[in-house]
Amino acid sequence: MAISGILMVLFLVAHAIGNLHVFQGAESFNEYSEWLREFGEPALPHRTLLTLIEIGLLVSVVAHMWSAFSLWRQAKRARPVAYVTKKRVQQSYASRTLRWGGVIILLFIIWHLLDMTFGAVNPDGTDSTPYDRLVASFENPFITAFYVLALVLLGMHLRHGIFSAAQTLGQTNKRRERLLNITATTFATGLIALYLVTPVAVALDFVN
Amino acid sequence: MNLTLRVWRQPHPTAKGKMVTYKVSDVSPDMSFLEMLDVLNEQLILSGDDPVAFDHDCREGICGSCGLMINGYAHGPEQTTTCQLHMRSFKDGDEIDIEPWRSGGFPLIKDLVVDRSAFDRIIASGGFISAPTGTAPEAHATPVPKKDSDAAFDAATCIGCGACVAACPNGSAMLFTAAKVSHLGLLPQGQPERDARVIKMVAQQDAEDFGGCSNIGECSAVCPKGISMETISRLNHDLLGALRANAVPAS
Ligand code: HEM
Ligand code: SF4
Ligand code: FES
Repeated sequence: MAISGILMVLFLVAHAIGNLHVFQGAESFNEYSEWLREFGEPALPHRTLLTLIEIGLLVSVVAHMWSAFSLWRQAKRARPVAYVTKKRVQQSYASRTLRWGGVIILLFIIWHLLDMTFGAVNPDGTDSTPYDRLVASFENPFITAFYVLALVLLGMHLRHGIFSAAQTLGQTNKRRERLLNITATTFATGLIALYLVTPVAVALDFVN
Repeated sequence: MNLTLRVWRQPHPTAKGKMVTYKVSDVSPDMSFLEMLDVLNEQLILSGDDPVAFDHDCREGICGSCGLMINGYAHGPEQTTTCQLHMRSFKDGDEIDIEPWRSGGFPLIKDLVVDRSAFDRIIASGGFISAPTGTAPEAHATPVPKKDSDAAFDAATCIGCGACVAACPNGSAMLFTAAKVSHLGLLPQGQPERDARVIKMVAQQDAEDFGGCSNIGECSAVCPKGISMETISRLNHDLLGALRANAVPAS
């Protein structure tokens, strides 16, 4: 769970930074997309880097889902009879929404790939440049709202995930706990903000 | 105080249980929660009913046997044991739901009593040090850094009550096992078996019907002894260390 999560966070950081090319204009953004595919050519075959990233992500996603599913199944078995009355004491919204939040994020990723990578569900269709697809999607308020919702959920997922990963890897103690919590919240908020600037910029017509 | 109680009644493990409503009157705010249940039971016995079975022993907060889910909180609204909870934490006219711990690892025996021997099996798998007995060794012969002895003592205060399991949305026993693993792992006497201990205790915990830990923190928030989330990190640290060292549990 922790290891696959960390790999995906690394991707998320790279992806957020990559997206910022959108502010350098259509050409730069599309060139960046090309570069991802041409990296290392001719020494390396076409799409080497991107394919490696994709394999890494796929393995991480499957491992992450498998662990989540096992935890969920174990939790079912561990409480065969439910309480009539059960109250929360301190658990955060983020920690409680991890499982369903994860499912929604997965659905988002599938939609997102069909939208940005393949263009299948994109208003501009498959026959467009990555930049056009991005602008076309975010000019549609429903698609934008879905992106924002998924990103906010992702932020909460990361907020608890970072704390939990540090615990699982045995790196926490009472002294570090406060700092870790602040770091997790700051990182999650910062990263999501970095993603959100793109749809906001399109919505406000800075990028068109 | 007059109270309405809704208590889980189940005559034996395979019977179908249900919440049954009882009224108790003239409860003193100075009574402990268990004394209030004693009053209820006297009432039930006098009227020829079966008294409510609940677990208790020391009634002073150190044995860990009195766990009850009270209005959805493990050990009730205060962070203490049920025996140390007093009726002044409630108001006249309150309705109180009383349920047993719900865990696959703690099978129900009767009414509010569950079998917590899964915890004993976890301890028996590695929560000890192998040392020849005899005269107590000179205390100053083995220096222990203050920081370590404080943390070890904090972990050692776990009374095995099971509130952590009862409150955890995953039904995980991680806080308990972590307390038991880390209090020995912090002391010089616990070093020889440190790697094998964590591997064996975690394996036993997994063999019982407890859930996995996702660091939600309900356990620590309801623990009457305030065992902290830090102990879980310590267990994981020891476990990763032991796995990396390829530790094989000694037979
Ligand atoms: C506002 C936020 C986002 C924008 C504007 C955005 C934009 C894009 C674009 C334009 C592509 C296609 C790049 C290309 O074909 O060269 C892409 C690919 C992708 N995005 Fe996003 N994205 C966002 C958020 C996310 C999030 C939150 C995730 C994960 C949870 C994600 C996961 C992916 C994946 C897995 C790919 C496919 C990479 C590949 O082809 O190997 N994206 N994104
Ligand atoms: S860790 Fe706390 S809640 Fe869990 S068994 Fe020990 S004393 Fe009870
Ligand atoms: S009866 Fe011993 S701790 Fe409550």
